[in-house]
Amino acid sequence: MTKVGVLALQGDFAEHLLVLRRMGVSTSEVRLPADLVQVDGLIIPGGESTTISRLVDVYELRSPLVQRAREGMPLFGTCAGLVMLAREVVKDNSVVPLGLVDIQVQRNAFGRQTDSFEADLPVPAIGPEPFPAVFIRAPIVCQVGERVETMAALEDGRVVAVRQGSFLATAFHPELTQDTRLHRYFVEMVKAFGRGS
Amino acid sequence: METATWRVKAGLAQMLKGGVIMDVVTPEHAKIAEEAGACAVMALERVPADIRAAGGVARMADPARIVSIMETVTIPVMAKCRIGHFVEAQVLEAIGVDYIDESEVLTPADESHHIWKHTFKVPFVCGCRDLGEALRRVAEGAAMIRTKGEAGTGNIVEAVRHMRAVMDEIRKVQGMPEEELVAEAKALGAPLELVQQVKELGRLPVVNFAAGGVATPADAALMMQLGADGVFVGSGIFKSSDPEARARAVVQATTHYNNPAAIAEASKGLGEPMPGLDVRSLKPQELLATRGW
Repeated sequence: MTKVGVLALQGDFAEHLLVLRRMGVSTSEVRLPADLVQVDGLIIPGGESTTISRLVDVYELRSPLVQRAREGMPLFGTCAGLVMLAREVVKDNSVVPLGLVDIQVQRNAFGRQTDSFEADLPVPAIGPEPFPAVFIRAPIVCQVGERVETMAALEDGRVVAVRQGSFLATAFHPELTQDTRLHRYFVEMVKAFGRGS
Repeated sequence: METATWRVKAGLAQMLKGGVIMDVVTPEHAKIAEEAGACAVMALERVPADIRAAGGVARMADPARIVSIMETVTIPVMAKCRIGHFVEAQVLEAIGVDYIDESEVLTPADESHHIWKHTFKVPFVCGCRDLGEALRRVAEGAAMIRTKGEAGTGNIVEAVRHMRAVMDEIRKVQGMPEEELVAEAKALGAPLELVQQVKELGRLPVVNFAAGGVATPADAALMMQLGADGVFVGSGIFKSSDPEARARAVVQATTHYNNPAAIAEASKGLGEPMPGLDVRSLKPQELLATRGW
């Protein structure tokens, strides 16, 4: 049975686990390298990317995580998770990203907490209905590499969701809403990987 | 596009879960906290142990101090206002802090009323000693709750008491049939609809951190195992002999709170923790947790 892990170092991992369990997906929390062996895909949740970046190194998760990803294990990053997946974080050395997705991101790109917002966002890949996107001290994608597909952008053109092969990343938090379409989309990616396609 | 919605306010607290929020009084402290892996900092004029020692009236910190800390770190910055002092809260919102703690650690400005927090764009966290107090604060608009504990003592006993009180009452509400919730809401002094939500969710409707007396990695893990979503550490970091090492250790113990070997590893060679106070030796007027209602 396909098992989706959620990186449980810090952040709203419990919210992701709840969404997956309600969908009937088998889940597990990933805190140590040994936990990583048992999962077919991994979600990096929202949280503080500085904290997650540090804790990834304390228990030496970084290299096994990057290795599994390069072997094709699907990853889904939301907000801080998007920052962690990026190739580069602009003007910021407090986060060391995993460098898996060919994007440049800017942290806290909209300002401070009082600038956090909700917006109905078109995400054509998951259907015609707009997605109820929650942006909390959110990052944006400011540069997109050739192999990266833009999945959603704000009205002003700023990119807030991308896919590159087996990696999916959003600047917003699908786990805070009742809309499970992006989680379903990711679980399909994980199942496809499990079938060896 | 809509800002300051309930989902956005409560949502930031959800992003802080599993993390440690550290009290800091200077930009240098804030940098140490960020590098240690703190998920947010609380910008203060003095840490609670020093507020306790100084006596007198404790007020909101100098906005210049808070701004200098906001300019130093990229993680969220919280700041405290006095209970009921809605103008201090307006000032903190105006300078752009990410969260306001309407805190019993400062001297209350109003002994009857807390701030009506719904009208603010910035979210609030408030202290509690039991479920009724937690839900009264949520009713006023608090988007995050923490235990009061007894700040500035380095003694975990009150935080444990308050967390157990909240969790016990949640378990009790969960087991009640619908018709008993009305009387329970009356007994708790909390709105019925919030009591109904607690029954449905099996937890508080907002994120619930532990605070007030956390001094060691094991203290942090204890509060997590008792059901806290994360931990505030006040005086415990910067009143210890090696703040950098202790800050890192508390962060690790909070993440790996269910892993005794990891807590043991994090606890090694940290030097002296902050000096502690026996809460039973404090006079009633020296207790901070009894401020607010």
